[in-house]
Amino acid sequence: MLATRVIPCLDVAHGRVVKGVRFQGLADQGDPVELAARYAEQGADELTFLDVKATVEDAGTMLDVVERCAEQVFIPLTVGGGVRSRDDVARLLAHGADKVGVNSAAIRDPGLIDRIVADFGSQVLVLSLDVRRAADQPSGFEVTTHGGSRGAGLDAIAWAREAVGRGVGELLVNSIDADGTKDGFDLELTRAVRAVATTPVIASGGAGGPADFAPAVGAGADAVLAASIFHSGQCTIGEVKDAMREAGVTVR
Amino acid sequence: MTAARPRVVLLDHGLGNVHSAAKAIEAGGADVTLTADRRQVLEADGLVVPGVGSMAAVMAGIDAVHGGELIGRRLAGGRPVLGICVGMQVLFASGEEGGGDVAGLDEWPGVVRRLDAPVLPHMGWAEVEASEASTLFAGIRDERFYFVHSYAATEWLIDPHPRIRQPQVTWAEHGERFIAAVENGPLSATQFHPEKSGEAGLRLLGNWVRSL
Repeated sequence: MLATRVIPCLDVAHGRVVKGVRFQGLADQGDPVELAARYAEQGADELTFLDVKATVEDAGTMLDVVERCAEQVFIPLTVGGGVRSRDDVARLLAHGADKVGVNSAAIRDPGLIDRIVADFGSQVLVLSLDVRRAADQPSGFEVTTHGGSRGAGLDAIAWAREAVGRGVGELLVNSIDADGTKDGFDLELTRAVRAVATTPVIASGGAGGPADFAPAVGAGADAVLAASIFHSGQCTIGEVKDAMREAGVTVR
Repeated sequence: MTAARPRVVLLDHGLGNVHSAAKAIEAGGADVTLTADRRQVLEADGLVVPGVGSMAAVMAGIDAVHGGELIGRRLAGGRPVLGICVGMQVLFASGEEGGGDVAGLDEWPGVVRRLDAPVLPHMGWAEVEASEASTLFAGIRDERFYFVHSYAATEWLIDPHPRIRQPQVTWAEHGERFIAAVENGPLSATQFHPEKSGEAGLRLLGNWVRSL
């Protein structure tokens, strides 16, 4: 039986970690690789780097970060943010990423999913969905772009089903409604995606404390992703796993 | 004076996360070269065959560097080879993929099939059942390894022979039982990614390097 994965997410811009990371004793607080190694030591099951700027000029910087991480941190690494083409995927994989997250580009051109899967296999492709509630969509959930500020006019559950049919290997479901609330994961959304997905589902958005993770697993998540709760030093990966274990969830 | 570090070649066929694999094998105590150079592949103390993606694509990459012949020659001379993930799958006779039939290197009989499980890919950290006699898993108990795959070999078809050293077959389960690792004379393989399996994976690679 698989252990439920706990995945810290690092926002990276211009090769540095951005957004409040408040670890004590880090020689260089802003180095994504140093922080990744710290999380791996704490027991993180995977790492996600989100390139929040993803500008063309910066592409080389991000590739360098990915390469250094792959050479030093021996757990899987997913990289997302600004991935627009099959060639972007090829470059990230060649520099050591294990999986690549695709979001807006796949909404604009769903055929991108087919091309990536054909060339690299399902297992490299994580479809990232930023989802909010919308009464005008059949499922009540819509996909958004631009960090959740703009509706894509796409039913989130129908999109998840289509993407799985096209061969994505995993769904990263980020609840815009829950994100930043610290009220816990969006269980209703997690259940709705689980009901249509035959791939692993990663729940994201809303984690406020160690007790919030097990309910997401109960709602069907195969993995749980969080950022600020770890970066703030509020709790460690180990504390989150202890709470999950006490709640009866299998963790590594 | 310390003994020389074993020389390991990581077969460069274009489809594998070679950054992590190279560093993880180095951490296990070997000097690693990424190459498909015929002489270096044949003469290395150990050869690692990486592989991610589809079996057809990895086979095409291996064919392009005459990998099948090189692996066969190494094995005929008793020289160790370690396949990882799709680098293990290609060692079987064939693979069912996308409804088709992909020829493998046929070092072992059997078909690599799509796992019968409700959620695929099988992605994450899973337990394995290794035998006490295993070299790869020596000293590694109650650890999980990182898997990411939808296909696997589900049957070990070589009958035990009383005069030949028993192959060690390690199993895991996702929907059904499948082969997680094999140690068969000079030829070893893991369906999981030791180079992505944290400390446990590094120890396993160290065990392999020490056996060279």
